[in-house]
Amino acid sequence: MKTLGPAVALAALLFGSSAAWSHAFLERAEPRVGSTVKSPPSQVRAWFTQELEPAFSTLEVVNQSGKRVDRGPAQVDAASRALLQVPLNPLSPGTYRVKWRVLSVDTHVTEGDFTFTVSTSP
Amino acid sequence: MRSRRLAATAAAVLLAFGSWPAQAIAHGLAGKRFFPSTLTIDDPFVSDELSLPTFLLFKEPSDGEAPSSKTANISGEFSKRIFPNLGLTLAGEWNNLDPAPNDRTESGFGNLEMTLKYQFFTSAAHETILSAAFGWEAGGTGRKKAGAESFDVFKPALLFGKGMGDLPDVLNWLKPFAVTGIVEGVLPSRSGNKIYTLNDDGDLEVDIEKNPNVLHWGFAVMYSLPYLQSFVKDVGLPAVIRQLIPLVEIDINNPLDRGFAGKTTGTVNPGIIWAGKYFQLGLEAVVPINERTGKVIGVRGQIHFFLDDIFPTTIGRPLFNW
Repeated sequence: MKTLGPAVALAALLFGSSAAWSHAFLERAEPRVGSTVKSPPSQVRAWFTQELEPAFSTLEVVNQSGKRVDRGPAQVDAASRALLQVPLNPLSPGTYRVKWRVLSVDTHVTEGDFTFTVSTSP
Repeated sequence: MRSRRLAATAAAVLLAFGSWPAQAIAHGLAGKRFFPSTLTIDDPFVSDELSLPTFLLFKEPSDGEAPSSKTANISGEFSKRIFPNLGLTLAGEWNNLDPAPNDRTESGFGNLEMTLKYQFFTSAAHETILSAAFGWEAGGTGRKKAGAESFDVFKPALLFGKGMGDLPDVLNWLKPFAVTGIVEGVLPSRSGNKIYTLNDDGDLEVDIEKNPNVLHWGFAVMYSLPYLQSFVKDVGLPAVIRQLIPLVEIDINNPLDRGFAGKTTGTVNPGIIWAGKYFQLGLEAVVPINERTGKVIGVRGQIHFFLDDIFPTTIGRPLFNW
């Protein structure tokens, strides 16, 4: 039985979903990555695979001219530290780019961007 | 209170890493691009990782008087960053040859191998990595009857990785593609081995087994579903599927001299990688490109651990963070 201890610990380490380290990759976002939405969203929410370090995690939204349309700075959700969100100014139809750069709690940096489109038809 | 906690966190992070740009990257990342560790050809990036085990089942073709041989190979690789862009890899393998050239089934360890790799260029915007490596296979450290050579082999190499994320948006669906590759010299320290045998009359015969210099090259083409899902379009893939990276690896050896020039061997290796938080799993078919390489499709599999994620504060970080 003693030999099972390290094996169980290793399995928990490798497969456990609550471990608070590893690189933070984007798991999903609202609006969804690459999506077209009919009504302008009031905020962008991005869920990551790991908890984030609030002081070094940023997210901003720009329009096709490169002008920021968010009312940042983005905030890490107090209840769910894997969620980064930012409120938006009223958006007109067009394509918007969400750019993020985050630091996971074990100091790994990741970055990325994606677009979403607000359609012209209601 | 909150600001004091933030300040303490910031101070700790800055103390540990100096500044923003020097944060822990590793893990085969260039900008948005995560390059998985490929199974057949070497990776272009420097990181803290452990491949254990990699297994290969393959049938070698007959060669002259030697019959075809079923080969089972189990290998392991441990890579450690010395500096953020300079890493050392130690590799070992165990082989089972059925039959070996002596017509018996033989098994044992192959030669140990050490590789120093320097990742000298990384472009986040263009998802590009370039590195140079120098490998040394230490002759005589493995079991000769199991195929280990008695001489050293030196392997200078250039490696690259390129993601297609910088394509124009009109080609969005191609952005998840990436290519990695290697061009490597395989340079034996001895041009030939003398093989002594007794003929039927009891006389000593000496044969020379030539060891050619070889140009080894290969590349891997992959399509990253994680990239598609996170950066291009969320197509609603289930959690398991969205972590898959289908790929094809091409692995070619061109002997250059000593009677072997033009006798190319190689394999095409289609397969799939599942990349998780702390490890990845890979499985590939090993398809010979010609009869000189083999006639039967083999299989290769690997479990690969991301040590920088499993042990981020200890063995998963560079020894010297300059």
